[in-house]
Amino acid sequence: MFDFYFDLPLWIRLFVQGLAVMLVMFPIGAACSMAERKIAAWVQDRPGPNRTIAPILAWIPGIGFLRKLGLFQLAADGGKFVFKEDAVPGHVNKFYFIAAPIIAVIPALTTVAVVPFGAYLDAAGQVIPIMLANVDIGLLAVFAISSLSVYAIILAGWASNSKYPFLGSVRASAQLVSYELSMTLSVLPVFLWTNGPLRGETADSLLGSLSLARVVEFQSQSGFWGGLWFGFLMPLSAFIFLVSLFAETNRQPFDTVESEADLVNSFGSEYGAFKWSLFYVAEYCHMLVGSAVFMLLFGGGWNPLPWVTLADFANLLGFAHLPLVTGIVGIGIFLGKVLAMIFFFMWVRWTLPRFRYDQVMAIGWRRLLPLSIANLIAYVIGIALLTK
Amino acid sequence: MAVIPVERKPLTFAERTYIPQIISGLKTTLKHMVRKPITLEYPEQRPEIPAGYRGVPTLVYDPNGREKCVSCQLCEFVCPPKAIRITPGEIPSDDPTAHVEKRPEEFKIDMLRCIYCGLCQEVCPEEAIWLQNQFSMSGYTREEMVNDKKRLYELGGTLPDAHFKWDKKKAAEEAGNGHH
Repeated sequence: MFDFYFDLPLWIRLFVQGLAVMLVMFPIGAACSMAERKIAAWVQDRPGPNRTIAPILAWIPGIGFLRKLGLFQLAADGGKFVFKEDAVPGHVNKFYFIAAPIIAVIPALTTVAVVPFGAYLDAAGQVIPIMLANVDIGLLAVFAISSLSVYAIILAGWASNSKYPFLGSVRASAQLVSYELSMTLSVLPVFLWTNGPLRGETADSLLGSLSLARVVEFQSQSGFWGGLWFGFLMPLSAFIFLVSLFAETNRQPFDTVESEADLVNSFGSEYGAFKWSLFYVAEYCHMLVGSAVFMLLFGGGWNPLPWVTLADFANLLGFAHLPLVTGIVGIGIFLGKVLAMIFFFMWVRWTLPRFRYDQVMAIGWRRLLPLSIANLIAYVIGIALLTK
Repeated sequence: MAVIPVERKPLTFAERTYIPQIISGLKTTLKHMVRKPITLEYPEQRPEIPAGYRGVPTLVYDPNGREKCVSCQLCEFVCPPKAIRITPGEIPSDDPTAHVEKRPEEFKIDMLRCIYCGLCQEVCPEEAIWLQNQFSMSGYTREEMVNDKKRLYELGGTLPDAHFKWDKKKAAEEAGNGHH
């Protein structure tokens, strides 16, 4: 079976791989909406959606558990969005109105190409990251493409030709620009470090890479410093990145873009049915990719624990010689971490109230940006001293 | 009134970063997350009805199975939304409860009009109409929402009191003292 797959032309393999990743990511993104509802319910001491079930499935024993989790509610909602009448209001700019949700989904699903989502051990015991494109620009590509998603919101707000969507999209552009700066500055220490004094046994030819897989490689070295996750090494960077991530993905408490209390549904106000749901899938896919990047940079990627790498883990449990098993375990560990992050996102959402718009701007420009610059300077000096 | 001056302390650095507050908030929500839901899963689980609850008005029997209502029509007159319609009827002389003289031939309460005020229960000299625990009425047609006599007694059941006012009156009459 494997031989057949590897005999296929490269472009078919890449196509199949890309499709497979999307087919996993899209449903997870959709399932996050149900997770959000359930977590909201649990925080508010209620059970959440737990009734819906297809009558033809109700006889299966044990299916009540899935029903209680609201899985069929999710399917019903999804089906509703697909089959509902897709109304386009008369006062909108039709071309951009229809283009906006498509443009929202494209960057959300594109960024995953350069984000590794697992690793396996090959026959030689080498850890090979599982990703669609292991390119050197790595994180830069993630930043570049994911910042395109703001165009979708701006387009949606503009094309809707109505006040609240427009206000929302103006807020979105201001907010995303503000927090991108601190976000980018907060990850620079990580890459200074991976290209700096403690780069260990990595060959010099790999220097100057922004690949996310390499960052995880750095967190899986031997020794105290080698095995330490960057989240512990650079807590301030991790914190700034996390806060900026909340702002970039328009999550509470930085939910000013879609603050339904003052902007109805903001850029989604004029949308309905499938187009509306595309915005939400895109938002959750952004969260997924953002959480994945956070976990790769600061959370050790696919390593189960600090100082315990995937290879150590596989050797310990004795399945290191099975590439398929190590691959599944690697993806499982990484996915578990990402979903834990998503849970944290939702947990925060149902805990904190929304910042006012001026507070968002003040935090971004007057607090986070100076902090990230100071953080960068401190690490630059520290790394320079270590290199000497 | 005594004025208590409260000193407004400036926020500490930790408070201004907002982080300790966020963490304590997260702790609170986590506590709620692991707690059991406090809601009821309604159609299966029913709420406990407190005593004195004013639900759907019903008619009741006395412990001997006699209709307590004597169709005096006071409730019909007092009913603010005019939800009650009573057709009075005589009790035939061969009936064991013939001494009560009257009972409703038909008793209708239009639950689309009823406002659950409880005035009918308050005004009833026979303690025959009671607002009981049922709180949910639904139907597909307007006709279904009108409770007739049969349905009212089904809903009401028997009131376990032991006044037996009419039986005592009959016994007193038979003993010779007509008016007491």
